[in-house]
Amino acid sequence: MTSRIVTLSINNDQYHVHVRNIDTLLFTIREKIGLTGTKPGCLNGDCGACTVNINGEAIKSCLMLTVEAENKCITTIEGLQDTTIQKAFIEKFAFQCGYCTPGFIMNGNDLIHNEPNASDSMIKSYLESNICRCTGYQEIEEAVKEALTNNNYDNR
Amino acid sequence: MTWNIGKSIKRKDAIEKVHGTAKYTADYISPNMLHVKLVTSPHAHARIIKIDISEAEQVEGIQAILLGEPFPLTGDEIQDRPILAFGKVRYQGEPVAVVVAKENYQAKQAANLIKVTYEPLEVIHSPEEAIQSHAKLIHEKLANYKKSDNVYPEPDSNIANRVKIRKGDIKQGWTESDIIIEEEFTIPPSDHLSIETRTVTLEIKRSGEVHMTSSTQAPYRIKEKMSEYFNLEIGNIIVTAPFIGGGFGGKVAIHLELIAYLASKAVGGKPVKLHYTREEDMMTAPGRIGLKAKVKLGARKDGTLTAAKILYLFDSGAYADKSTLLVKAAAATCTGPYKIDHISCDSLAIYTNRPYATAYRGFSHSEILFAFERTMDILAAKLKIDPLSFREKNIILPGHTTPTQVPLNNSSIGNLPACIKKLKEQMNWHEGTFKKIENDIIRVKGISCSWKTSTIGPDASSGVSLLFNPDGSINILSGIVEIGMGAKTTLAQLLAEKMQMDVNKIYIQMEVNTQSTPEHYKTAASRGTLMAGRALLKAADDAMNQLKTIAAQVLICSPDDLEIANEKIYLRDEPETAIPVKEVCYGYKYPNGYTIGGQVIGRGTYSLRQLTNLDKETGIGKTGPEYTVGAQGVEIEFNIKDFTYKIINAYSVIDAGKILNMKTALGQITGGMAMGLNYASGETLLFDDDGLIQNPRIRTYGSFRYGNHPNYIVDFLETPHIDGPFGARGIGESGLIGMPAALANGLSLAINVNLHQLPLTPEQIWKAVKNDDRL
Amino acid sequence: MMIAYDVDYYNPTTIEEATQLFHRLVEEGKKPVYYAGGTEIITLARSERLDLDAIINIKSIHECLLAYSDENEITLGAALSLTQVIKTNFFPLLNQTIAQIADQTSRNQITLGGNICGDIFYREAALPFLITESKAVIANRTGIKEYPFKSIFNQKLQLSNEDLLVQLKVKKNEVNFPFYTVKKRKQWDVGYPLITVAAVKKKEQLKVAFSGLCNFPFHDVNIDKRINDPSLTAKERLDGVLNALSSPVLSDVHGSMDYRHFVLKNLLQEVVDAFKGAKT
Repeated sequence: MTSRIVTLSINNDQYHVHVRNIDTLLFTIREKIGLTGTKPGCLNGDCGACTVNINGEAIKSCLMLTVEAENKCITTIEGLQDTTIQKAFIEKFAFQCGYCTPGFIMNGNDLIHNEPNASDSMIKSYLESNICRCTGYQEIEEAVKEALTNNNYDNR
Repeated sequence: MTWNIGKSIKRKDAIEKVHGTAKYTADYISPNMLHVKLVTSPHAHARIIKIDISEAEQVEGIQAILLGEPFPLTGDEIQDRPILAFGKVRYQGEPVAVVVAKENYQAKQAANLIKVTYEPLEVIHSPEEAIQSHAKLIHEKLANYKKSDNVYPEPDSNIANRVKIRKGDIKQGWTESDIIIEEEFTIPPSDHLSIETRTVTLEIKRSGEVHMTSSTQAPYRIKEKMSEYFNLEIGNIIVTAPFIGGGFGGKVAIHLELIAYLASKAVGGKPVKLHYTREEDMMTAPGRIGLKAKVKLGARKDGTLTAAKILYLFDSGAYADKSTLLVKAAAATCTGPYKIDHISCDSLAIYTNRPYATAYRGFSHSEILFAFERTMDILAAKLKIDPLSFREKNIILPGHTTPTQVPLNNSSIGNLPACIKKLKEQMNWHEGTFKKIENDIIRVKGISCSWKTSTIGPDASSGVSLLFNPDGSINILSGIVEIGMGAKTTLAQLLAEKMQMDVNKIYIQMEVNTQSTPEHYKTAASRGTLMAGRALLKAADDAMNQLKTIAAQVLICSPDDLEIANEKIYLRDEPETAIPVKEVCYGYKYPNGYTIGGQVIGRGTYSLRQLTNLDKETGIGKTGPEYTVGAQGVEIEFNIKDFTYKIINAYSVIDAGKILNMKTALGQITGGMAMGLNYASGETLLFDDDGLIQNPRIRTYGSFRYGNHPNYIVDFLETPHIDGPFGARGIGESGLIGMPAALANGLSLAINVNLHQLPLTPEQIWKAVKNDDRL
Repeated sequence: MMIAYDVDYYNPTTIEEATQLFHRLVEEGKKPVYYAGGTEIITLARSERLDLDAIINIKSIHECLLAYSDENEITLGAALSLTQVIKTNFFPLLNQTIAQIADQTSRNQITLGGNICGDIFYREAALPFLITESKAVIANRTGIKEYPFKSIFNQKLQLSNEDLLVQLKVKKNEVNFPFYTVKKRKQWDVGYPLITVAAVKKKEQLKVAFSGLCNFPFHDVNIDKRINDPSLTAKERLDGVLNALSSPVLSDVHGSMDYRHFVLKNLLQEVVDAFKGAKT
């Protein structure tokens, strides 16, 4: 059998979908489930626009098969609502066309949760997984740093 | 009083964009949509001998397979491009066949099974090769192509267009020169690399209406061109442009919409989707133009420029598309922002077997500025004059004329001397341009000046409609496509300022639909603010007149006595006599039920004024309304041992006319700077000896990632462009265009060897030093 | 945006199950692949550079996910992601070398075994094992065997079609030697190497392994000899290394051969300088 029905847990909702074994998680999330906030940019793991969170870790969904994601806890950009980092992106104008933004936010959200006191080099290590073509990255830097500050403040 | 102008009003698209709910073309998904997959050429130049589709037809789910036809031929100013290659292929990645299938993977399976037999032809790699007298012709029938009046292809050659500038007397210019230098520069083609790859969905309805959603910067031009190519009623073509995931000029070209139309037509009009892979987006779709430049420049001993003879050989690639206009823009601003009395310039669009070129942010200005501003630095060094002082001495000023002999005034040219002065302060220019930091590390500075005007059609226009809601709030409809620059938020700000009202009560339709949204020529050339802004102000005047007319009847006065602010219409000298806008904007209802007026709908259009074509022999004419000038620089930390470097600071001082939204303006400038520095330092398409692209993926393309960016130091001057809304000038490209030259000037200083080629990778720098016999 | 191939998918939980399955599929005329992080298989399959019709995911096999340190050696499962390996902090040279592979998010997916066994020829994760006393634990349907890493790695891991790399082991005292690793790229901070080196100093002698210099990673004792000769100048050291190479230096999109020579010369000096004063 080259296809099967899988059960996926995305943003705390359960989805039963028929997928080809070779379908990437990106494809399934977008085309089968209709959560189009996760963006295709290269399908090669190079741009990070398709970043989602799986079991607490940032993952490029173009480089994972859907069948691998069964029984895992998947969060997409639609699963984040008014988070610190989203507010900071608005505040700091850290997007223009907005296409890379979901990926940056998913990745940045992991950063502020995993590394609340991230150094500059840690921030770089996280954020260099994604590419933005509109901004000169400075606004993204400001937004992530503001989110780190605000998140620590909120958590006190 | 300023309500909104200059303030960093939050973007109207912010909430949707940070929550992933902003819709882009590929996000429109429906189960009945068929999928289109291309078969593309593996050769840069070859004859198509045979195409065997028999195996492909057997694949489950296949609905149609399309091959090339001789007609229609398509193109911008020259119609030279078949929608699918016919007879021969002229670049690697050119579409040769199209498969339509139920599922995307089925289309791909079938595409893999289409067998095309080619007979390779001699490949033309560069514009220099292409203009050799014996060069193989890429377009044998160039003379027969349909073209616009003001483009001059040279039959039986590979020259698609030549624009000439003849100003003054070049011979006299050389006589007046104490020193003459001649330099050559090369910029290979590269790609826009928008993160959203080009995508279209299209369906042909029973009624004949063609509906499409496209990642396009030019929805109205698609309408016009498709009507012409396919002989369709223009009103039957309805283009929707939702959010666009980065344009940078690349989505001005009309390309995959045509393929999608043929594909849908082949399956009885069913909806189809064509979504380019990154590889297709980089190879099949058009990219940034390449350039080979020869600049000969003369000056007196005192540093006064005397003469410039310039040859710009642009690498159009396989088809002309925007190249004919790109070379015109290059010719019109060929000397950079300097006063030179004697100019002779030939700017050519030349066919090669490379991916074809289209608009790219800066529209050939960054390429020619790289060549010209490098030459300026070399000449300054020869003259032993400080490079910025040298530029200050020769700046083009009000009262001077451009290379195309247009007289300039304050409004049209702005204030470049003040930009340079400010740049000097910011860069601590007096401290010098070269400093040793530690053993192998030095710090150097490089600069460039820039100017930019537009080269779009002399008849381009923009329209805006304003629709009132019953609560007095307003919906703006404008044909500007939101490609990322925030223009729609700026329009809302302009309206809030004009109406003296809360910007939060202004709504703007983000999506463009050519059937219901007033036309904006195309979202390009930094023309959004000027054209749509002016149209909007006119629409606001129209709406305000309507409001006043109704209110005057209620308040029993002349409309001339009324003012509007704070959503109230009031007597000028007696503001307490007022009526809320919301009681008027849907018609005023008297207590007895009588009503006067209905929904207020404001309308306004704006057209560029008194632009001309350029004279064929002299180039005399006017391509754009105003210039945006700037002075830019970089500070680089350079390792003299291994030639690696880091761009520490990047500077821009731009005469913006008027800043409308500070944060979005800064974002335009810094984003442009990053893009300019990126293509100057690392990005390029690498070709092998057969003309095949070696790096059609982001992984090996050389784009900046987080951390490669410099500190940006940006400052604005505000010399009003009197025609612009509140004096604003276009700034969407100005951050980019001086950056390649500034980087190259700085790095040339670092190695004390003149750099002549982009991109400036450490290897490129190492080569330049090595060839200078110093290692 | 799809992969055209149709594939079977298996998710075995034991080594035995996996190896038997692989054998059975081959017998049936299938083209199975062992699959861990998937990053390379998915990218190559999408662009039709890899032919397969069955995927055997090894990420549910307990042994492939182990990471522990006992008295004598450190054991790292082949299906651990690079990020997981880095978090163990067992083998600092390995950590630093693999922390330069791809980017952070991708390292959450790329696995230790996948990088070493990949078709993409950099295989930088192999470098630390080439210059230390290490072993590869390899299984097939006949059983599980341990091999000295050096003996079984020649350009790539010399696996037969049905072999599964289960674990990597390194002698515990080896991870305490002074080390240095550096990756030189064409430009910027992410991406494939122009040249990557990993080096350790053991008994006053440097051992240096390379990736990106030729189209395979390697460690060559003849090259070590040149590098360890204190009498040589940078130029002589470079010439010595180039003469000892068994394969031509790469010339590709990342850099020409001549440029790689230049970078290598500086790099060798950098490595030698880095160990100055280091006691072993």
